[in-house]
Amino acid sequence: MMASSYNAKEEDGHHSVSAASGPSAGPSAKSKKPDNTAFKQQRLPAWQPILTAGTVLPAFFIIGLIFIPIGIGLFVTSNNIREFEVDYTGVDASSPCFTCSQTYSWNSSIPCKCAVSFSLEQPFESNVFMYYGLSNFYQNHRRYVKSRDDSQLNGDKASLRNPSKECEPYRSHDNKPIAPCGAIANSLFNDTLELFYIDPNGTRTQIPLVKKGIAWWTDKHVKFRNPGGNNFNLTVVFQGTTKPVNWRKYVYELDTDPENNGFVNEDFIVWMRTAALPTFRKLYRIIQKKSNMTPTLPRGNYTLDVTYNYPVRSFEGRKRMILSTISWMGGKNPFLGIAYITVGSVCFFLGVVLLIIHHKYGNRNNSADIPN
Amino acid sequence: MGSLEVWSLIKQGWRRKPEQEDKVRRLISNLPYEDLRRKYQPNRQYANNSIKTTKYTVWSFIPMNLFEQFHRFANVYFVVIAMLNFVPIVNAFEPGVALIPICVILILTAIKDAWEDFRRYQADKQLNNMPCSIYSRKEKDFVSKCWKDVRVGDFVKVVCNEVIPADILLLHSSDPNGVCHIETANLDGETNLKQRQIVRGFAAPDGSFQPEYFSSIIYCEKPSNNLNRFKGYLDKPDKKKIGFGKENLLLRGCTVRNTDEAAGIVVYAGHETKAMLNNKGPRYKRSKLERKVNTDVLFCVALLFIMCLIGALGYFIWLETFPDIPPFVPPDSNNNYISPALSGFYMFFTMVILLQVLIPISLYVSIELIKVGQIFFITNDIDLYDEETDSRIQCRALNITEDLGQIKYIFSDKTGTLTENKMVFRRCSVMGIEYCHRENALRLGAQCETISDDEDIVFQKPKVPSRLQYRQKKGISSLRRSQSARTHMGARYQSEVFTITNEVAFSSPLETDVAPDRRLLRVTCDEKTQIQEWCRVSHCNGSASFMDFFLALAICNTVVVSTAMLPRQRVSRLQSLLKRMGSLSHIVNSFQSIPEKSSKSRSSLKDVKEEEAEDYSDSGSNNPSRRNSSASHHSEEERGTVSDPNGLCYEAESPDEAALVYAAKAYGFTLLARAPDRVTVRLPQGAVLSFEVLDTLAFDSTRKRMSVVVRHPITREVVIYTKGADSAIMELLDCHGRSNKRKKIASKTQRHLDLYASAGLRTLCIAKKVLSEQAYDDWASIRQEAESTIDNREELLMETAVHLETNLTLLGATGIEDRLQDDVPATIAALREAGIQVWVLTGDKNETAVNIAYSCRLFNQGDMVFTLNTDSRSILDCTLGEVRRYTAPSQSWSFQSIVGAVMPTESTGPTFGLVIEGRTLSMVFEAHLQMKLLELARHCRSVLCCRVTPLQKSAVVKLVRNKLKVMTLSIGDGANDVNMIQTADIGIGISGQEGMQAVMASDFAITHFKHLKKLLLVHGHWCYSRLAKMVIYFFYKNVMYVNLLFWYQFYCGFSGTAMIDYWLMIFFNLFFTSTPPIMFGIMDRDISAETLLGLPELYKTGQNSEFYKRATFWIVMLDAFYQSLVCFFIPYWTYQGSDIDIFTFGTPMNTVSLFTILLHLAIEIKSWTAIHWGFMVGSVLLYFIVALIFSAICINCNPPSNPYWIMENQMADPVFYLVCIITTVVALLPRYIIRVLQGTLALSPLVQARKLDRLSTEARDQQIKNWKSQRSPSEVPTNLVSPVDSFSNSFEQSFYNSSLEREIRISFPSCSLSFRLQFLFCTNIQYRSESTSFMKLFALCISSLKYCSFLDFTSY
Repeated sequence: MMASSYNAKEEDGHHSVSAASGPSAGPSAKSKKPDNTAFKQQRLPAWQPILTAGTVLPAFFIIGLIFIPIGIGLFVTSNNIREFEVDYTGVDASSPCFTCSQTYSWNSSIPCKCAVSFSLEQPFESNVFMYYGLSNFYQNHRRYVKSRDDSQLNGDKASLRNPSKECEPYRSHDNKPIAPCGAIANSLFNDTLELFYIDPNGTRTQIPLVKKGIAWWTDKHVKFRNPGGNNFNLTVVFQGTTKPVNWRKYVYELDTDPENNGFVNEDFIVWMRTAALPTFRKLYRIIQKKSNMTPTLPRGNYTLDVTYNYPVRSFEGRKRMILSTISWMGGKNPFLGIAYITVGSVCFFLGVVLLIIHHKYGNRNNSADIPN
Repeated sequence: MGSLEVWSLIKQGWRRKPEQEDKVRRLISNLPYEDLRRKYQPNRQYANNSIKTTKYTVWSFIPMNLFEQFHRFANVYFVVIAMLNFVPIVNAFEPGVALIPICVILILTAIKDAWEDFRRYQADKQLNNMPCSIYSRKEKDFVSKCWKDVRVGDFVKVVCNEVIPADILLLHSSDPNGVCHIETANLDGETNLKQRQIVRGFAAPDGSFQPEYFSSIIYCEKPSNNLNRFKGYLDKPDKKKIGFGKENLLLRGCTVRNTDEAAGIVVYAGHETKAMLNNKGPRYKRSKLERKVNTDVLFCVALLFIMCLIGALGYFIWLETFPDIPPFVPPDSNNNYISPALSGFYMFFTMVILLQVLIPISLYVSIELIKVGQIFFITNDIDLYDEETDSRIQCRALNITEDLGQIKYIFSDKTGTLTENKMVFRRCSVMGIEYCHRENALRLGAQCETISDDEDIVFQKPKVPSRLQYRQKKGISSLRRSQSARTHMGARYQSEVFTITNEVAFSSPLETDVAPDRRLLRVTCDEKTQIQEWCRVSHCNGSASFMDFFLALAICNTVVVSTAMLPRQRVSRLQSLLKRMGSLSHIVNSFQSIPEKSSKSRSSLKDVKEEEAEDYSDSGSNNPSRRNSSASHHSEEERGTVSDPNGLCYEAESPDEAALVYAAKAYGFTLLARAPDRVTVRLPQGAVLSFEVLDTLAFDSTRKRMSVVVRHPITREVVIYTKGADSAIMELLDCHGRSNKRKKIASKTQRHLDLYASAGLRTLCIAKKVLSEQAYDDWASIRQEAESTIDNREELLMETAVHLETNLTLLGATGIEDRLQDDVPATIAALREAGIQVWVLTGDKNETAVNIAYSCRLFNQGDMVFTLNTDSRSILDCTLGEVRRYTAPSQSWSFQSIVGAVMPTESTGPTFGLVIEGRTLSMVFEAHLQMKLLELARHCRSVLCCRVTPLQKSAVVKLVRNKLKVMTLSIGDGANDVNMIQTADIGIGISGQEGMQAVMASDFAITHFKHLKKLLLVHGHWCYSRLAKMVIYFFYKNVMYVNLLFWYQFYCGFSGTAMIDYWLMIFFNLFFTSTPPIMFGIMDRDISAETLLGLPELYKTGQNSEFYKRATFWIVMLDAFYQSLVCFFIPYWTYQGSDIDIFTFGTPMNTVSLFTILLHLAIEIKSWTAIHWGFMVGSVLLYFIVALIFSAICINCNPPSNPYWIMENQMADPVFYLVCIITTVVALLPRYIIRVLQGTLALSPLVQARKLDRLSTEARDQQIKNWKSQRSPSEVPTNLVSPVDSFSNSFEQSFYNSSLEREIRISFPSCSLSFRLQFLFCTNIQYRSESTSFMKLFALCISSLKYCSFLDFTSY
C-alpha cells in the first residue's frame, strides 16, 4: 500500500523529472491496463449478512437457552458457598477491639490484643479459606502501586543494595537500603489472627491454620526470590539492609521456616499483589478438611484472637476476617449467576419480540422482494 | 480553439501579477572564459544544470526529517504527552514506555520518506548524467557532456528527438526557415508541435553556426515559472538591440522534433528552468469529512478536558475525605506530603497522559493509509481504464477520495467533456447558399443517432429508406474497423520509434474523411475552369468567393503539416523544394510539376463520387455490406499507396482547425506545407499556390477570431482571411457596402448559422478583406512598432489586430459537429437521479449549447426552459423573482431534497431548465443578484450557462460552493476550465484532445465523461461510506477503551492508575485493533457496484452525509460510554470484594473490550471476504498470543504492572470466560438490536439495496426496475397511465412523438425572456393542470413586466 501511495505521489511531484528522462523512461511496452482480478476489482466473494429479525431470531433464542441454565448453575454454586464475615475493626465502643483501635498506631511497641467471638450457624464442610478483608484501603493508588522494586523482590543483589527510585521515600532509612523497599511493603498487613473453636462444654480448641499455599505458585517460586539463592542464612544475606520503617521485624524474621521467610514469605507475597479495588480481601490461612466424617468447621461458637497491629483509623477503614468455602468459580458472588439469568431472559424476550416483528414486517418485505 | 483561448487567459492571469521589471538577468557567452577558474566565470552566480530534488542528504536526514515530522500537530501532541510523562510528579506510566507509540510512528514515516527520497535521488542522478553536446572552444566543436555540466552561457546543440537539457535561446537551426519544432508534451501534455524561431538576425546564410563569434550580451528576465512569458534582448557589440521572446526559447524537458539539429545559448539552467519551476509537489486539499473530523476531534479534546477535570477534582475531594494521611498515599521522595489542592492540580496532567488516547491521533495515520488503499482500488478499476489511450484514472490529489461521495453540484464544460472534441465537418454555407453535405451526414449517420432527431425537425431532412440506412451503418462499421486497425498501427509506431507518446491527434478517418457535398463540388469544379480567368481578373468577383472560401479554410489556421507515415518527420524535401522556388518572384508553380499526381487525385475524387452515386442508386443490391466494406477497403488501400500529398497529416492546436483543413482538402484545396512566412496550397486542378504570409493575428478569446495576412501569389494583393465566431465576424462586416447583395448574403448566412447552432453544430464565419498596398504598409509599420515594444506588448498587438479586422467581406460559414461522447445522456441521467445538479458552463453560443443540452438529456423534451438574456439590472431582478415565484411551489420536493429529506415526493408537472448567458451572468454578479439566481437555480433541474468566460466559470462555481455550502465538482478538459477545476471542491480533468492543463490542475483525471458515473456513484459512495464509518468507529473505539480507565478512577481514588498493563494498552491500539478498521476502511463493500450503478439514488446518503453527522458522532459516543460502562462494571461486580489484584482485574476488561470493539466492527462490516476474516481472527489471535507470551516471560519487567503469569492464570479460570461472554453480549446488544430492526423494517434505501444484492443478477435487475418505477413515477410516465386512459394516452403519445413545439417569445426593449416548452395537448389531468399554470405564469409575466412593448408570438 505504501508503494502505491508512493507511485501516486511520484506522478505528481516528479512529472517533469520522470518525463524529462525522455525516451528511456518513455513509453513502455507494458500496458497500464489494471489486472482483472477479483481482488483489484473488489469483487472478492463475500458473505454479506443482513441483520434481519428472521436471521437473528435463532441466535437470540440460543443465547437465551444457553445463558439461563448457566446462570442458574452459577447462582446455585454461589449459594452453596458458605461464607462468614466478622468485622473486628473496633469502631463501636461495644466492640472488643475498640480500645486497640483507639490507642494503636504504627509506632506503638506493645502489641494490643483482643478477642472477637462469633458463632457459625451452619457447618463449613470442605476446605475453608480464611481471609482478612480491608475496606477503604486504596491499594490501587497509582503512586502506592508503583512504590516497589520487583527486581529486589526477585532476589537481585544489586537492587537489594540499591533499590529502585520508585521506592522513594521508602527506599533507604538511616543510610541503609530498605528491604523490601517501597510503600506497599511498608504498609504490610501485620495483624495476627487465630481461630478457636469453643466447645459447648467451654474448652477452647485452636483450629490449625495452614499458611502455605496461599500465594500464587508462580509468585512464590519464580517472581519472588530471596537474594543469595539457596543460602538459607537470610540474616547474612540481608546484612546491610534495614527493615521498612513501619515494620517491627526484619524481613528475614517473618517466619522461622526458611521456605517461608524473607521475600518468599507467603503473607508478604499475598500483600504485595496489590488489590484491584479499595474493598478487598486477601487470603490469610487455609483450614484444611481433616476427614470426611467431621466438617472442617462445625457449627458452634468461635473466638477470633486478634493481635491488633494494623491501624486503619487514618483512612476510616474496616478490618474483617472472612471464612469462606470455595467452588470452581471462586468465592461467593451471586452477581454472575443473576446476570446470566437476566441476560438470558432478556435475550429470550427479545427473541419473542423479534419473532413478532418478523411476522409483521419480515413477510411484507419478502413479498416486496419477490415480484409476482 | 479552446487551447488558444486558454493561453490568452493564462496570459491575462499572469499579467495581473506585479512585475519585477527592474530585475534583469544579464549573461554572456562562456566560451572566452573556458578553462578559467570558477571565480572568473562571468555567469557563475546562476544555478548550473545539475538538479537536486531530494530533500535530505545522508547526514541531514535524521534531524531534518524529525523537524519536518514535528510540523504535524499530531506528532507534537504525542511528544508533549510523552515528555509530560518524564515529569515525575505527574507521570502515569514508565517514562520510556510512553515513547513507544510516537517512536513507531516517527520511524515508519521516516522510512517511507527515506525511500521516497532515495527514489528521487536516483531519478536526479539519471537525469543529471544524460548526455548532451556542449560547444568547446578548444575542440572547436560540440563535445559530449552530461546534463549536469551545462552552465548558463554555454552553447548547447540538440539533435532531433533529443530532450532539451536546459532553457536555451535558439540561435541556430538546421531548418532552412530558421525554425525548430518542439513537442511540449512533457511540460503541458500537448502533443502537437510548436514552432520556435531563431533569434532574428542569427540565421546564418550557409547554415553553419559559430559560437565563438557570439559576442552579444543577453538581457532577459529573471527565472519565472510562467511558461508563456519570456522576453529580453540581445545587446550586440554594435549597440544594436534585438528583442526576443518565448518563441525563441527552447524549454528544458521538451523534445526536438522534425528538426535535424538546433543550437543556442543556455539562459536558464537546472532549478531555474521553467520546467523545474513549474514542477510542484502534490496538491493538498482537505476533504469535507476531514474538516468534520477535526471539529469532532475538538469535541474529544473538550471531553478529555472534562474528564481530566473530574479526575483532578475527584482526587482533591478524595484526599480531603481522610482524617489522617493514609498509608497508601505515599509522600513524595523528600518525605513531604503535597497539599490536596496541589495534588489535584498535578493529577490533571496525569489524567491527560492516562487518557491521551481519547484524542485519536492514530486516526490521522489510519486515514492516510486508508486513502492510499482506496486510491489503489480506484486506479485499478478496469472500468475506468481507457483502452484507446492506455490510461487509467489518475488520482492526483491523495486525500479527497471521500469527497467523491458527497457531490451535490457538478459543473461541466461542454466541449471535450460532454462531447468528444473530435470535430467533424458537417455543413457549410457559402455566399448565402447552404450546402448540407447529406452524403457526409449519411456517412456519419450511425454515430449521431442521438441528435439526429433534432436534425430531422430542423432541417426537414427527407426520410432515407431504411435499407439504405442499414447499408450505411454497415459501411460505418467497416470504417470503424479500419480505424481500429490504424490505431493499432499507430501503437506499433509508438513502441518502435519512441517518438510519440500519443497517437497523432485528429486523424481518425471519421474526422479526416469528409465526403464532399455533390452540389458544392460541382460548383467548385465549375469554378476550377475559371481559374485562369481568375488569374487575370484583378478584382475579386462574386464567383471567386468559392475559391476564397476554401482557400481561407486551408490557409487561415496554424496547422502544422507532416506526413502520415512518419508523423513527426516533416517533409523536409518538399519544403526545401518549395523554399528553393519560393522566392517572391516565383508566383505560380508550373502546373506541370505534379501533373500525374493531380490527375490521380482527381480520378480518386471521381471514384468516390461514382461510388456514392452507386450507393444511392442501387439500393436493391444483394450484398450491400460486402460491397461497401470492399469499397472502404479499397479506399483505404488507396490512402496507403497515394503519394505524399494524400498522406499529409495535420496537427492543429484546436480540432476545429484540423476539421476545416480536412474539409478544404476534400474539395481539393490541400494544404501542403506551412512555414512561418509561407503557406503552400494545392488547388483542385493540381496547381500549387504558394502564399507569402505577411502576418498571423493569432486567436484570442476577446477578439474571438484569428486572421492571416497573405499576399496572393497571382493577384499580388494583400488579402486578409479571417475566421471566427459569428458574433465576432458579423459585427465587422462591411455593412455600408455598395451592393445590397452582401447584406442579403449576410442575413442568409446568419439564418444558416442559427440553424447550425440549433442543430448543435459549432459555427464559424469565414471572411476576407483585400487591403491596398498602402494601407498594408501603414499597418505593418504600426505592427512592427508594437512588436518591438517590451511593455504591454500584448495589448498593442491586439489593438493592431483589431485595427486590421474591419470591413470584412463575408465568405461563408461552417458548421462543425462535435459529437457527444459515449453514454453521456445516461451518465447525466444517472447523476441527476443521484440527486446531483448538473450545470453546464460553456463558451459556446446559446443555441448550440441548448441543443447539446437537449441531446445529452440535460434538458428533457418536456422541460420548461427559461432563458435569461438581458443587460438590464432591474428587469433581471424582477424576472428572477417572478420566475422563481412560479417555479417554487410545484417544485417543493427539490427544496426538500436540498434540506435533506430522504426521498423526493412524487414530482408532478414538468421540470425546469435555466439557460443563462454570460452577459447576464456578469450582470448578476455586478448587481448582487446572486442569491436570487441561486434561489431560482435551485428549483431548476439543470442550469446551462453559455458564452461564459473561464473566470465566470470559476465565479459560478465559487458562488454555488460558498453560498449553498454544498460540495461541488468541476469537470473539464481544456485550459479554459482550469480556473473552475481549481475552484471546485473536486476538480476532474479529462485527458482528451486539448492538452494536459486541465489534467495538471485536477484532482482526478479521467478519459471519458461516462467514467464519472462509476467514479462518483460507486467509488464515491464506497470511499465516503467506508471512511465515514471508519472514522466514526475510530472515535468510538478510543472513547470506549479510554473510558474503561476513566471508570476505574472512581475506584482507585482518582489516582490515575491503569488496571491494564501499559504494554498491552499500547499494543491494543497499535496492533490488536488497528488493522481491522483500516481494512474495513479500504475494503468494506456495503452495496455492490452493480446495484449502486443501477440505483443512483443511493448516492444521496453520501450527499446528505448520512454516515457521519453530528448526531451520528454523539450517538456513537453514547454507545461508547454504554459499552465501556458494561465492559467495566460487569467484571467489577463479578470481582467485587474478592482478592483479585489490579492487573488480573484489568485482563478480562482488556479482553472483553477487544472482543466488543472487534465485534462492534463485525456488526458494521457489510461484506465478509476472506481478508476480513483473516484480519479479524488474526487480531484476536495476535492478542492472545502476545498477551500469553508477554505474561509468560515478563518476570520482573515493566513495573509496576508486572504481568507475570496473569494471563495464564486468567485463562485457566472459567469465570474469565463467563465474564467475557456475558459482557460482550450485553455491550453489543443495543447496537445489534438496532441494526436488526433497521434490517427488518428496511426503512433506509441502503438496507433495501443490500437486500437486492443478495438476489441473482436477473432478479436484481428486475427489482431495480421495479424500484425505480416505485420511487420516481415521473421518470417513467407510462406507469401513470391507467387502462381507462389508454386511448387518450395513445393519442397523447402521438402528439408527443411529433413534438409539437411552441415557443413563446416575449421581447422587451432591453431584455428577452423566452419560454420554450413542449406544449402537449393531452387529456391527462396532470398535464392540463400544468397548462393552466402555464397560462397563469404567462399572465403573470405580462402583468408584472410593464415594459412590454410588443408581444411576438411565434410557433413553428
